[in-house]
Amino acid sequence: MQPTTPNFKQNARDAIANDPLQAALGKLAVGFPMRRLEAAARLPEFENLRDQARDIKTHVLENLDYYLEAYEQKVVESGGHVHWCRDAEEARETILEICQKAGAKTVTKSKSMISEEIAVNKYLEENGIEPVETDLGEYIIQLRKEPPSHIIAPAIHLSKEQVAETFRNAHIDLAADRDLDEPRSLLEEARAKLREKFLGADVGLTGANMLIAETGTNVLVTNEGNADLTNNLPRVHVVIASIEKIVPTLEDASTILRVLARSATGQDISVYTTFCTGPRRPEDLDGPEEYHVVLLDNGRSEMIGSEFHEMLRCIRCGACLNHCPIYKSVGGHAYGWVYSGPMGAVLIPNLIGMEEAQHLPNASTLCGKCESVCPMRIPLPKMLRKWRERQFRAHTGAPSARWALRGWAWLAKRPGLYRWAMNVGVAVLGQFGGRGRFRSLPLASGWTSKRDLAAPAGDTFINQFHKGARGDQSGALMRKKVH
Amino acid sequence: MSDTAKPTVGLFATCLVDLMRPVVGFAAVKLLEDAGCRVDVPVAQTCCGQPAYNSGDKTDAQDIAKSVIETFEGFDYVVAPSGSCAGMIKDHYPEAFEDDTEWRPRAQALAAKTYELMSFLADVRGVTSTGAAFEGTVTYHDSCSGLRELGIKDQPRALLSTVSGLHISEGKETETCCGFGGLFCVKYPDISEKMVDAKVDDIVATGADTVLAGDLGCLMNIAGRLQRRGLSIKARHAAEVLAGMSAAPAIGEPADEE
Ligand code: SF4
Repeated sequence: MQPTTPNFKQNARDAIANDPLQAALGKLAVGFPMRRLEAAARLPEFENLRDQARDIKTHVLENLDYYLEAYEQKVVESGGHVHWCRDAEEARETILEICQKAGAKTVTKSKSMISEEIAVNKYLEENGIEPVETDLGEYIIQLRKEPPSHIIAPAIHLSKEQVAETFRNAHIDLAADRDLDEPRSLLEEARAKLREKFLGADVGLTGANMLIAETGTNVLVTNEGNADLTNNLPRVHVVIASIEKIVPTLEDASTILRVLARSATGQDISVYTTFCTGPRRPEDLDGPEEYHVVLLDNGRSEMIGSEFHEMLRCIRCGACLNHCPIYKSVGGHAYGWVYSGPMGAVLIPNLIGMEEAQHLPNASTLCGKCESVCPMRIPLPKMLRKWRERQFRAHTGAPSARWALRGWAWLAKRPGLYRWAMNVGVAVLGQFGGRGRFRSLPLASGWTSKRDLAAPAGDTFINQFHKGARGDQSGALMRKKVH
Repeated sequence: MSDTAKPTVGLFATCLVDLMRPVVGFAAVKLLEDAGCRVDVPVAQTCCGQPAYNSGDKTDAQDIAKSVIETFEGFDYVVAPSGSCAGMIKDHYPEAFEDDTEWRPRAQALAAKTYELMSFLADVRGVTSTGAAFEGTVTYHDSCSGLRELGIKDQPRALLSTVSGLHISEGKETETCCGFGGLFCVKYPDISEKMVDAKVDDIVATGADTVLAGDLGCLMNIAGRLQRRGLSIKARHAAEVLAGMSAAPAIGEPADEE
């Protein structure tokens, strides 16, 4: 998709003015964090598991080449194929080729952020193949031609009325006056529509939550079971996954599964957890005839060893979005590309370039909530700051802000001059701040456009202290004592 | 205790307290002296360098950090009435000198003896009560850096709970950022407004007449928004209340005519 990240500020304003979106975000803001907290409280070893999960991925990233080769070997041994793709274009072409060889007209898909990242749907359509998203949320946004607004809840920004309207516009073969008031009826309509697609698809395209090197298995986590129908029913199963999805063993996968759903939705485990290894064997009752894994780099290998290395531990649980006050204010679309929230603000500049995405690392208070809930203990605020450092070195951002900041720093490095300047400034502002605060102030309009600004007291603390003033019952008394 | 036996504390006043709200500095001095410390406020201090550091200006941040280290390393302890500035020194100075073998050990040494005021009183000096009085219902906002970088949560509440006449009414979202974020609030005013409004709503719902916190940045943001919305809830630094200096006008309020 064409990123709208450069318009972040306008996107954010639009999002804040969008009432249905704000209502949806209000629900998310309470629901997910509360359920995560409850789930963590039910499991005494949760914090320990987070450490273990982090260590597993840290170890993998240090030995990624080894594990990727081991994984490939196991996939091949089980009768599957591995396709190594450097970038989005190669991945799209590879997928198209597999589909064309299979003579596919329809491709069913279970939710995959990587498939969003490489925009494979549009590419398949352009080449005469119909991709059908089978996760309910993804299905809805596919009908609306929208990107996901959340990595695990792609249609979280929509109300059920908006979904009903979407279905009425899309399913024109159904009675126009049918009842779509209840979530149940929406669900049943989608299920009936998707059932036809599942049965008719030639290729099933899924993502992977993990790839297990020990066994050559891909793991899929869903709550709807749509991934099972996607990987089992069609003749060909294609897995698209980025290279950092590797874990060494089944045991490691189960450790990560124990933190994944708890962090994401507060479930102990998702409703379906599916392990796929190779194509159908003669003794299997079902399964695909062909099994392909498209292994995508798309910028990951460049992140290895960089200051963004640790971002590669991410398991896309969405906890950092659910807990982020910025995300909860503006929703996912404001970020302007397929990822969002703190993980998106770190990842997007890596994937589409810092120039395009320069707002994202800055639009954060660095409050640290994301890091405190990230199951993989990724230091997200630290990495946002690393982007800011890169931007500062590259002179991106407004020159006026840069000079104001550097001017302040210049002064802060010269205590004598600083003290003189502050004394003057505080005395002047103190003169005008007789009512205790300013409702507007030149050069401070960024602040005073939204809130009053407390006025300084007329003399600095350090000055007063060194003139011998000491604390009394009140600031007013103190000032009198000094003057 | 003779004066020489008392530990020396360098008070890092923070630029906001120094310029905007001296009473917090005086409150800190009083609380520290009452807790048996010898307090000095070095004149050579300016700012901890956080605006530069968080804006990606690492070189300037390092230079400012060096001057803070030089100014304060002679004290037994460094105390700041701010979780965010103390967090800067404690967490981010060592990080800023990650690759600097000369300054890293000095940054680490300073970090090891730097504390936020209320956690210093409670955790290091074992203060359980400051003997202050305050009539009213307060709610406490947990500033992000103090809470998540320094683990400050129980200390201010424990101290405040012993203030006579004071009742604490907890908000539901005390741990949620108020939307200040330093330069964030002026760079992204719309998002910041949305966040501070949520914070203000949460404060209003507690029924408190005063909101307290340990960081002046957050407090000025919250107070400014309360006032812009015409609400009468007052905002104060918790140290003012603990030191019994709450006769001073609240943040952004005019001085009483006497
Ligand atoms: S960064 Fe952490 S919290 Fe955010 S999606 Fe990734 S694993 Fe989850």
